[in-house]
Amino acid sequence: MFHKKIMSVAIALLFVPSIHSAYAASDAELQTLRDEVRLLAERINQTDAKTAAPAASANAFNPAVSLILGGTYARLAQPARPATGFAMNANPAHAQGFNLGESELGIAADIDPEYRGVATMALAPAGGITVENAFIQSSALGNGLNVKFGRFFSGLGYLNEQHAHAWDFVDQPLVYASLWNNQIGEDGVQLKWLAPTETFVELGAEVGRGRSFPATDSNRNGAGATALFAHVADDIGVAHSWRAGASLYQTQRQNAQSVNVPDLLATVGGVTNSFSGDSQTAGLDFVWKYAPNGNLAERYFKLQGELFQRKENGVLTYNLLTPSSYRNTQNGWYMQSVAQFMPHWRTGLRYDRMNAGTANVGVANLTNVISNYAYTPTRSSWMLDYSPSEFSRLRLQIARDLTRQGQADNQIFVQYLMSLGAHGAHQY
Amino acid sequence: MKKIIYALLALLLSNSAHAALNVFACEPEWAALTQQLAGEQAHIYIATTALQDPHRVEARPSLIAQARRANLVVCTGAELEMAWLPVVLRESGNTAVAAGSLGNFEAAQFVKMLEVPTRLNRADGDVHAGGNPHIQTDARNFLPIAEALSKRLIQLDAANSAQYQQRLASFNQQWRTAMTRWEKQAAPLKGVAIAAQHQGFPYLNDWLGLKQVITLEAKPGMEPSASHLAQVLDELQTHPAKFVIRAAYQDARPSEWIAQRAKLSAVMLPYTVGGTPQATDLFNLFDDTITRLLAGLQ
Repeated sequence: MFHKKIMSVAIALLFVPSIHSAYAASDAELQTLRDEVRLLAERINQTDAKTAAPAASANAFNPAVSLILGGTYARLAQPARPATGFAMNANPAHAQGFNLGESELGIAADIDPEYRGVATMALAPAGGITVENAFIQSSALGNGLNVKFGRFFSGLGYLNEQHAHAWDFVDQPLVYASLWNNQIGEDGVQLKWLAPTETFVELGAEVGRGRSFPATDSNRNGAGATALFAHVADDIGVAHSWRAGASLYQTQRQNAQSVNVPDLLATVGGVTNSFSGDSQTAGLDFVWKYAPNGNLAERYFKLQGELFQRKENGVLTYNLLTPSSYRNTQNGWYMQSVAQFMPHWRTGLRYDRMNAGTANVGVANLTNVISNYAYTPTRSSWMLDYSPSEFSRLRLQIARDLTRQGQADNQIFVQYLMSLGAHGAHQY
Repeated sequence: MKKIIYALLALLLSNSAHAALNVFACEPEWAALTQQLAGEQAHIYIATTALQDPHRVEARPSLIAQARRANLVVCTGAELEMAWLPVVLRESGNTAVAAGSLGNFEAAQFVKMLEVPTRLNRADGDVHAGGNPHIQTDARNFLPIAEALSKRLIQLDAANSAQYQQRLASFNQQWRTAMTRWEKQAAPLKGVAIAAQHQGFPYLNDWLGLKQVITLEAKPGMEPSASHLAQVLDELQTHPAKFVIRAAYQDARPSEWIAQRAKLSAVMLPYTVGGTPQATDLFNLFDDTITRLLAGLQ
């Protein structure tokens, strides 16, 4: 570089006498000379820029590490009781009072030109670490193909892939809580294909072990669960964008036990039931976002909704003693909107509704198993959050929870979410 | 029969001659530059508009679908698009435009970066490890970038290299002429004290010799708070500025608040192509920028 500088200065000097002698020269000639000198200066600048690259050090290859710190204060009446009619579903409970949320440690890096590794560890407040995500991703196949293997959040629905710190409310919608135990993770393989069209069209398939609810972790050679999903999305002008999707999830449940299930005999504390059979869940999801001029930094509005319907068909063993056939269709949906009404401030409304269905119960259990709860659980939530920067968020949420018959609950949540270190880009 | 084969061949050939490169430009200025250098050879998609904050764009599916089809992605780099581009490229499943490949062009690699931070701490706000990424406000930067981009176009589409070379030569000539004009016009701006809403103009200042005395944002990327603006106002009493500049995509209120109270003018700059009705291409972008700056002197 030094060499080049000296050289170019020398060349420039060579030009100087000619400038003097060309006193009578035309403006045009002077102009070309000026341009030449400028060109040289630019060349020098360029070499400077190229050699000014930062020196690589050993830890430059360290992966991106991020840590999410979160905590909530919750004031609610019945943290652990399931929604009426959903005792045989997953029932992730809310914690009461002050509680440290899961801290989430994320590590991600390109492994080589073909593979990328991502691990997310959830640090439980009581101690212990669970592996939330640990997957390898590769788009080396090209042609719009993306493969993921390891442990990952299933790509079905809209909210399922989002990590807890990216949720717009303190908790998941009821339908996610009851039908997916908040979020469905899988150990397996996911293959996605993006069509080469101007409109976003993506098809995906997953096969896995069936690690989490509603699957029952099949320890066998075959796949424990399969999922299929499709997404279509586009923009309308610069201000609007939308995405719609459909998904299908299928598993064979083996001896899936549910405790404290109410029965027709009004057994105190309920009974323990076991179910084995087919479980099929179909879902529809959509999201629409609007930002004036497409400028998210100022104001935006987001409307989203999802619907899931699950059909189960198999054998229910009442109180672990009396088997009979059992067939039921349950569904649930939510609709929510979030508005950033000024920079840093957002507010949102969400409405949840569930339908426990009317079960078709075999003769042996007609007098034991409740087939129709005749109650529609609903919940309405309102939230307000403030984000001083992209890396911090404080949230207040108030909910009117009518999910349990005869036990209306007014809930208050206060939450903080802070993100330290590398902050990966968020998905749509 | 023969005729049909010839016709088919001709069709194939004409198709390949028209085979435009699909270019995904992150920001309008790079779309405009690619347009200058590739002309009809490129079919250009622009991911953002001048009215969007390029730091804060979502990885929308539409962007992913466009990246899937792209032969070349032209972006600023230097972490400007960090919040969305990595997801877009990854999800696109298009190896041709993956980071580090021939189809991935980062303009910031070809210019001298300013404000490369000596320490990295989020407490300092939204700082970029590679230096300030708003390189498009200095007209001089377009010459090395154009040269590198043209080279890249030739590498990707060697069949049309003569056209690219010719277009580069004519761009260089026009740009140099324009630069001489701009620098002459902007001479009265040399040494003029200014305030900036966002730390987005070091390259413009460096080029035209503007002296930025204060920034309205306390930390880069953080909206100016009322109390900080009051401080800025105090500062401006002792170190007066001639005008306060902001980019088209930024909220006008902080600038206007200061302008009213400190009795100076608020200058909105197009910042990139499309930022103002006048800034329709790269040449008009700088014409308009300088016109607006000069108007601020009045």
